[in-house]
Amino acid sequence: MPLTNELRDDILASVPSLRAFAISLSGNGDRADDLVQETLLRAIANIDSFQVGSNLPAWLFTILRNLFRSDYRKRRREVEDADGNYAKTLKSQPSQTAHLEFEEFRAALEKLPQDQREALILVGASGFSYEDASAICGCAVGTIKSRVNRARSKLSALLYVDSAEDFGPDNTVRAVIGGNGG
Amino acid sequence: MKEVKKQGGLNAEIQSRIGHQLRAMYDDVVRQGVPDRFAELVRKLDGPEAAAAAAAGGDTDKNNGGD
Repeated sequence: MPLTNELRDDILASVPSLRAFAISLSGNGDRADDLVQETLLRAIANIDSFQVGSNLPAWLFTILRNLFRSDYRKRRREVEDADGNYAKTLKSQPSQTAHLEFEEFRAALEKLPQDQREALILVGASGFSYEDASAICGCAVGTIKSRVNRARSKLSALLYVDSAEDFGPDNTVRAVIGGNGG
Repeated sequence: MKEVKKQGGLNAEIQSRIGHQLRAMYDDVVRQGVPDRFAELVRKLDGPEAAAAAAAGGDTDKNNGGD
């Protein structure tokens, strides 16, 4: 369809969640914004192929995911987020405890296989239906469901099984406070 | 070594914490809204040809200053 001002507004309305998705995928704020920019350019370049009345956010997410996939193959995540770029993209500074918990969560998320991570984010954070997520990822609905389930199981194992034995993030806190755990 | 609970029997409270943290992380970014660079980009492109040209050219007016 033609690039009307209304369509521009609709595209822009998806930008906040596209950024959140890109950051969740790449773990790097700068790279995420490059992905979003590339997604917007590709979307507008191919706007004629967008079907009126179909799901614009899902279409945009599909473009971003495919870009990330092809980029990923090239770069193999050589630029890891060693300096906490992700944290810098956050406006509000969470409290120390919340911050530790947040970092732990993010680290656990990074450990998930990419298929599972993207499925979990699309369904659990972006709010897409299993059907939309399956269209975005180009796989069966059942595949998305099982990836989301496996992602949840693995996250809970990473985050809560060990710490259940010592009641919370004490180890992390001790390491931070003590500094020299030798 | 403990085992994770059986498939489907995951602790509901843990699942709800995971869901909450996931959304908190995501929504922190969503709340930042639309950065100016993207609003300008989408508004200034006349149509598909301009976007294709910009995509091919790589750099638009990308700001790498990093503030």
